[in-house]
Amino acid sequence: MNSKTADRIATGVFVAIAIIIISILVGLFSYILVNGLKYVSWDFLTTPSSNIRAGGGIRDQLFNSFYILVITMIIAIPLGVGGGIYMAEYAKPGKVTNAIRSCVEVLSSLPSIVIGMFGLLVFVNTTGWGYTILGGALALTVFNLPVIVRVSEDAIRAVPLDLKEASLALGITHWHTIKTVILPSAFPSILTGIILAAGRVFGEAAALLFTAGLSTPRLDYANWNPFSPQSPLNIFRPAETLAVHIWSVNTQGLIPDVTEVSNGSAAVLVISVLLFNLVARWIGSLITKKITATK
Amino acid sequence: MEKLAPARERLVKSNKNWMGGEMRGKILVFTCAVIMISATISITIFLGTKGLQSFIKNGVNLIDFITSTHWNPTNQANPEYGVLPFIFGSFAVTFLSALIAAPLGIGAAIFMTEIAPSWGRKILQPVIELLVGIPSVVYGFIGLSVLVPFIRGHVGGLGFSLLAGMIVLAIMILPTITSIATDAISSLPNNLREGSYALGATRWQTIRKVLIPAALPSLLTAIVLGMARAFGEALAVQMVIGNVRDLPSSLLDASATLTTIITLNMGHTTYGSVENNTLWSMGLILLVMSFAFILLIRYLSARRKL
Repeated sequence: MNSKTADRIATGVFVAIAIIIISILVGLFSYILVNGLKYVSWDFLTTPSSNIRAGGGIRDQLFNSFYILVITMIIAIPLGVGGGIYMAEYAKPGKVTNAIRSCVEVLSSLPSIVIGMFGLLVFVNTTGWGYTILGGALALTVFNLPVIVRVSEDAIRAVPLDLKEASLALGITHWHTIKTVILPSAFPSILTGIILAAGRVFGEAAALLFTAGLSTPRLDYANWNPFSPQSPLNIFRPAETLAVHIWSVNTQGLIPDVTEVSNGSAAVLVISVLLFNLVARWIGSLITKKITATK
Repeated sequence: MEKLAPARERLVKSNKNWMGGEMRGKILVFTCAVIMISATISITIFLGTKGLQSFIKNGVNLIDFITSTHWNPTNQANPEYGVLPFIFGSFAVTFLSALIAAPLGIGAAIFMTEIAPSWGRKILQPVIELLVGIPSVVYGFIGLSVLVPFIRGHVGGLGFSLLAGMIVLAIMILPTITSIATDAISSLPNNLREGSYALGATRWQTIRKVLIPAALPSLLTAIVLGMARAFGEALAVQMVIGNVRDLPSSLLDASATLTTIITLNMGHTTYGSVENNTLWSMGLILLVMSFAFILLIRYLSARRKL
């Protein structure tokens, strides 16, 4: 076989691989959307789920998913961005910095089930809270922190050095420079990274199984007192999220309409994650346009 | 002069808090870094001590634990705690899924960087990002509702099998491998390509003899990272693999992995019982394996710098 033919065959193989991957994605999405969207209705989104009867919805699960996401982000963003600032601006090459970097690496490569077990040990059993939203959010913070640290460190490092030097040359202190010059110009990339991380958190289930639990108490959406056990805002109540719901109805559910519920939930989940992705891209390009004045 | 007044005040004010603000900021961000270190250390310590309890407190033999194939914790008279089938299952799905995903992922990376750098990248990049975004339970659910019946109907067996687990995992780790491999190949210096083309090599010869060997350590890193992800994945595998306690003898046999046994049994065993403690020991194995994967990646990236 001469080398020209080999080259043509190889090119064909690479194109075939690309086509395979694209068709996997198209297949997955069309399966989820075609099968799922027919079950998604206003009714499905607003009725509470049922443990035994058919016709349950996903109202509480959907709320729980967003609520846990918000709580996680409230904890993880300040910690993660702070860590990123430290790594990019203050950390001097040396043992401490290496140790922190290894920690970020270890945290980011831990399987989510291991983080869930850690959460069970610390936030559920040691604290005595039982399954709570706060425990779930803390476990997800551990899971999410390395991503945010890495994103903010990269974003801060990508800020042109001229800006920082100009600010320092004006006699402004380092911390003030970080607050008023570096962070604002790194903001778009940090925001994009955080929204992508949020999509990951939204679909996470393994870390929540043993920390936020598999059940939701009967919620009363008119009750806004965050200390009442029926209130959706109470952070010390168990909460099943949408991703956990898909898993639990499929593996231990007793309801007759498992397929309908999980198809519908999968569609809602995938659409939400897709929205996170699109919003991140849209914000990213919007702000880039504004800053760089390109069209 | 009116304009200057607030500026002067600001300067005086900032002069006053100069040390305070600077130190406060530094302490603030340093605390964030310390919290990260303490999270990592406490995970290691907590899971380490809890995972060792079954050996220290309950007297389970460590050698039997990892070499015996008999898992029978509910037997009252003679409970047996051998997790070899699950360790084997974990390694089997990890390697098999890497075997599928590595050629596909590296092929896609080469397609994006060498074959069609402009339009190919524009199409495949978002495809890969969307694949990353699909939550793992959704992969598991599609595996359960499409792949398992398909295998049962067209290949044989029950459907719940190593094969199903390996295909689901391969699709899940494909994006990881592809994106790192793409970065690795596109960061190779362009004069490697030009040198090879100038010698009259075809594109395939350039890819095979020049680019792949040059990028090999990074490509291996990509595969190891993918395997690390596959090893720790729990719910998607659990939904399709069947979860039996025996060693599988073929690809079509149902099997179980460390993660799936933990997911299944953690909820309904009593906290503190021997069976529950052995689950924590399996968690410790997962932790140790993820440290091992990190060391392997470190070794590979040290080779890359040479």
